[in-house]
Amino acid sequence: MDWNNMCQTFNDKDNVWSWQYTCEIFPDLLDAMWVTISATFVAYFVALILGLFLTLGRRSPIRPVKWFFQGFLEFVRGTPPLVQLFFIYFGFPEIPYIGFEMSAFTAGVLGLGIHYSTYVSEIYRSGIEAVPKSQWEASKALNFSKGQTWLRIVLPQAIPPVIPMLGNYLITMFKETPLLAAITLMEMLNMAKFIGAKYFDYLEPFTIVGFLFLLLSYPSAILVSKLEKRMNRRFRQKNA
Amino acid sequence: MPLLLKGAGVTVQIFIVSAVFAFIIAFIAGLGGVSRLKFVRVFTRMYVEFFRGTSLLVQMFWLFFAFPILLRAYGYDFSMSPYWAGIIALSLNYGAYASEIVRGSIEAVPKGQTEAAIALNMTRWQRMSRIILPQALRMMLPGFGNISIELLKGTSLVSLITLSDLTYQGQMIRNSNPGMADEVFLALLVLYFILALPLIYLSRFFERRASKGVAK
Repeated sequence: MDWNNMCQTFNDKDNVWSWQYTCEIFPDLLDAMWVTISATFVAYFVALILGLFLTLGRRSPIRPVKWFFQGFLEFVRGTPPLVQLFFIYFGFPEIPYIGFEMSAFTAGVLGLGIHYSTYVSEIYRSGIEAVPKSQWEASKALNFSKGQTWLRIVLPQAIPPVIPMLGNYLITMFKETPLLAAITLMEMLNMAKFIGAKYFDYLEPFTIVGFLFLLLSYPSAILVSKLEKRMNRRFRQKNA
Repeated sequence: MPLLLKGAGVTVQIFIVSAVFAFIIAFIAGLGGVSRLKFVRVFTRMYVEFFRGTSLLVQMFWLFFAFPILLRAYGYDFSMSPYWAGIIALSLNYGAYASEIVRGSIEAVPKGQTEAAIALNMTRWQRMSRIILPQALRMMLPGFGNISIELLKGTSLVSLITLSDLTYQGQMIRNSNPGMADEVFLALLVLYFILALPLIYLSRFFERRASKGVAK
């Protein structure tokens, strides 16, 4: 028995909330959910890497470099991600010499990644500032190079305590992916809109999408807060 | 450019209206979160988790496209204007976030303050309004500053439910002038940043003041 036949057993097309309709459109929405999830993870990866560069750039001893990074962070954080996405998707290809066309997915993950890298960099910064000054001094005394100091001493101590906070941003970014609908990416929300327009009934698709978001983000939020509590215990013990 | 400025006016208007609603909701939900009645607490938690767990754009689309269908099906003649759908979604969503700040700040007031107020024979109402809230308020301000920046950025989403705000006007201009997308959206980014600047400075100011003159 194929899916659509199975859905017909509900036979309630005239109801306000039709389970038959829900059942019929569910596979399409699930497919679109994978687009949403993969966009989330790729964008998150971009944000993690770029955020690290921003953090290091902001700590640069060269003044103009430092100012440039600070200005960039402030600007990106002060403007809406939606407009940034429009700029990357529609505007960037038209910039002379450097512009090139990108797919909606690439532009989307880049846009979200860049926007959230500024938040992630703030978290990295708090982690780095929490590393005691004596650690820097010790690595200087041991004649470590700058690269060694960062890679072997500072970052391994700075990153683990902020992992729960980084996890929170993964969830936040997941909830921001519907923005990619605006640049024509067929993720969950756009799929719901498409289906709604096709059958002229928006109630079920949008409700299902909202429900799926809640279903995915709420348990992960609980998970992150559990992780946070555990980490807190662990690091307090170490410091005590 | 005049079109963009007109759009900026709409953006500012939506920002102010939903900011007012969001902060009212934040205080109601924040106080509800520390209520001694269990069902009030549970209800507030549900509201907060629901609006923080789904995304703003989904909420907006639902209110704009799905909600009127639901009401019409039950016999109410109702159509949702994009203006109110946007404002309701923005204020409920950011109200949920801001209520966490309210709740957190109230809980961060040292317990000794409550005990002292009880010792002074103050009523519950006096305790909250004269002792706890004034101290909690200064802790909330930096958080409120950040939320208001987020809210300003969030207003750009109303363009997707056809409300003619700054972003919407930008899209219109881009559609009628092919090949100008880069200039148009760069101008939009700069305009948004200019709108956000006072909020950024305000939240910095609050942050500095919050750490000043407080006994620790």
